[in-house]
Amino acid sequence: MNKIWLIVQREFLNRVQKKSFLIATILVPLIFPAIMGGMVWYMINQYETAKPEVVHVLDESGKFTFTNTKRFEFIVEKGSLDSAKEKYNKTEHFALLYIPVIEIAKPEGVTIFTKENPSVEKVSDLERLLSDKIQDLKLESYNIDKETLASLKTSVNIKQVNITETGEEKSSNSGILYGLGFVLGILIYMFVLIYGIQIMQGVIDEKTSKIVEVIVSSVKPFQLMMGKIIGIASVGLLQFLIWILIITFVSSSVLSYFGLEMPQKQLTEQMMKQMPDEAKEAQEIPNKKVQELLGNLSEIQFGKIAAIFVFYFLGGYLLYGALFAAVGSAVDSIQESQQFQFPITLPLLIAYMGLFLVILRDPHGNMSFWLSIIPFTSPVAMVGRIAFGVPDWQLALSMVLLVGGFILTTWVAGRIYRVGILMSGTKVNYKVLAKWFMIKN
Amino acid sequence: MEALSAKGVTKRYTNHVALDDVSLTIPEQSIYGLLGPNGAGKTTFIRIVNQIINADAGDISIFGERLTEKHIGVIGYLPEERGLYKKLKVGEQLLYLAQLKGLSRTEALARSKKWIEKFDIKDWWNKKVEDLSKGMAQKVQFISTVMHEPRLIILDEPFSGFDPVNAQLITEQILDLRKNGSTIIFSTHRMETVEDLCDHVALINKSKKIVEGTKKQIKDTYKTNTFSVEHKGTFSINGQYELVSQTKVDDNYYHSIVRTQGSLTSPNELIQQLIGLTDVHAFVEKVPSMSEIFIHLVKGKSDE
Repeated sequence: MNKIWLIVQREFLNRVQKKSFLIATILVPLIFPAIMGGMVWYMINQYETAKPEVVHVLDESGKFTFTNTKRFEFIVEKGSLDSAKEKYNKTEHFALLYIPVIEIAKPEGVTIFTKENPSVEKVSDLERLLSDKIQDLKLESYNIDKETLASLKTSVNIKQVNITETGEEKSSNSGILYGLGFVLGILIYMFVLIYGIQIMQGVIDEKTSKIVEVIVSSVKPFQLMMGKIIGIASVGLLQFLIWILIITFVSSSVLSYFGLEMPQKQLTEQMMKQMPDEAKEAQEIPNKKVQELLGNLSEIQFGKIAAIFVFYFLGGYLLYGALFAAVGSAVDSIQESQQFQFPITLPLLIAYMGLFLVILRDPHGNMSFWLSIIPFTSPVAMVGRIAFGVPDWQLALSMVLLVGGFILTTWVAGRIYRVGILMSGTKVNYKVLAKWFMIKN
Repeated sequence: MEALSAKGVTKRYTNHVALDDVSLTIPEQSIYGLLGPNGAGKTTFIRIVNQIINADAGDISIFGERLTEKHIGVIGYLPEERGLYKKLKVGEQLLYLAQLKGLSRTEALARSKKWIEKFDIKDWWNKKVEDLSKGMAQKVQFISTVMHEPRLIILDEPFSGFDPVNAQLITEQILDLRKNGSTIIFSTHRMETVEDLCDHVALINKSKKIVEGTKKQIKDTYKTNTFSVEHKGTFSINGQYELVSQTKVDDNYYHSIVRTQGSLTSPNELIQQLIGLTDVHAFVEKVPSMSEIFIHLVKGKSDE
């Protein structure tokens, strides 16, 4: 036990004392938000300063009149489609919109000619423009005026309330839960992968530098493996802690610099942007919604989620860490490790994809249940689900299986590791690994 | 008391037997040469003693006690394939390896200071191993092997990669350690090492022990009762003696090889005969070198 502790210390210090650790630890929390912020800023900036696109319009139906908007400038064409095309071709303009003779009830055959593939966004903008106009024409033909229409529109905002088994009521917000599950799931996925590969690299280094034979004459191979795994885990946890501290510090100082109203205002603006135009008009209670949102945030049991997150964080890491150590022990170089890395990362990848495709959309479905119960996928899947509320028995089952899972993988990996680290220059395949596993101690 | 006593040690792998019923007795304070061609099973035996792998059968006792985990600190092991943590500084490396052998940090610090002074490498303390030359790294590795003052030191090809000056330095240290009570096991192919340093020898070939004993015993067993004589004037001899060769070295000065058919109670018998036949200038028994015995035994066996 004492010796494992020595190895843990050594592995920890080796990594923490490196300059690269310091750089990664300090820069990552600063760089990522900076890059993301920069990209968002650039996109918004481009959106707002973009010149309107010029669209040639050949309207054979004669039903439409186009007025220039912030995004589009229209040039009305007359004559045949061919001559309009010819004219358009001579210009550098964005598109030629062709409207044949159409019935309002069934508007078909509208075509857009462009030189480059237009973005979906621009096409749908034009589509919305046209459908708005057709809608207006329909209103006219049904003799409905706009006021009547506006009074018909109703905005319903369903307040979500979860009733717990004890009858306690909690309001919730699927958007926040989605975001939380998304971030936590990805964090575990990345942590397991990045630090798992660090374990593997460490084992390969020890093997190729031949130090390993000296070490295993002093400690048991299993102790060496566990010491390395735990040492690297503590590096990860430290790094994680520093990130949280830096992010908290930076964001709170940024907030206090801009004044505390900042996030609320931003949120409101963002929501206004996401809403379609009509809804925006009807939306008169954005502030109320924001308050509700903040209220929902405070309803989430962050303490419980954090505890569960740390459990799966470590459980997943230990489960995969041992396997990565076994792979490292079997090969002589990182390049050789590829073939064995794939089957290890596959379940992790399945969990990662499951997170997006299944869990966040249907957190209580069958598939989500199984993904969050099976130890190989549960670390990513369960933290993705947890914010949505998981029955205690499922959580308990998943946790027990995860503990069982990492004991199993550690045992299997340990048996391969003890033989592998002393074998260099052997061509290794799965049959060889199985043989190593079977060798008596 | 024996430093190490192995009885019937056997290690089998799926396709071959690495050690087959090997028994060795290594006396305390001896320098014991473990010889054998590549793949004979030396490394397997050493790994078993170091408890890196376990034997399938057989018993090993160390200084009279059954070998267990608590003896890890008693053994110092220098594997053939040397290795240190490349990115780690020399000082930290020594402290770490000594602590793994069970020394406390303060003890490890004191011992490592003593050794780096002895080897005159104080200014390496903060250097990374990757910045050292091969010979320098070997010195560090040697220190790490003996720093915890092991009573049993196992050195696998200790001189490979050393220049003669450093090899001399290491030899002195080894003799010193023996004087202070340590037992040393050499695993080597280098026969000059065996001739110079070892007092006990065992030969392992094809996973079996072929021969074991003091160097003298083994040489006595394998000597061919052959004598080298330098003399003035020719002679011929018969009876129980056979003149193997006689070559002229100088004017009327010859060098002859004489072999006896049976065994001699004393070389004096032959000398007495020779004195009557020629002017004897030099007379020496041709004792086989360890190298000759080694080749004889290994080849003899593989020819079977």
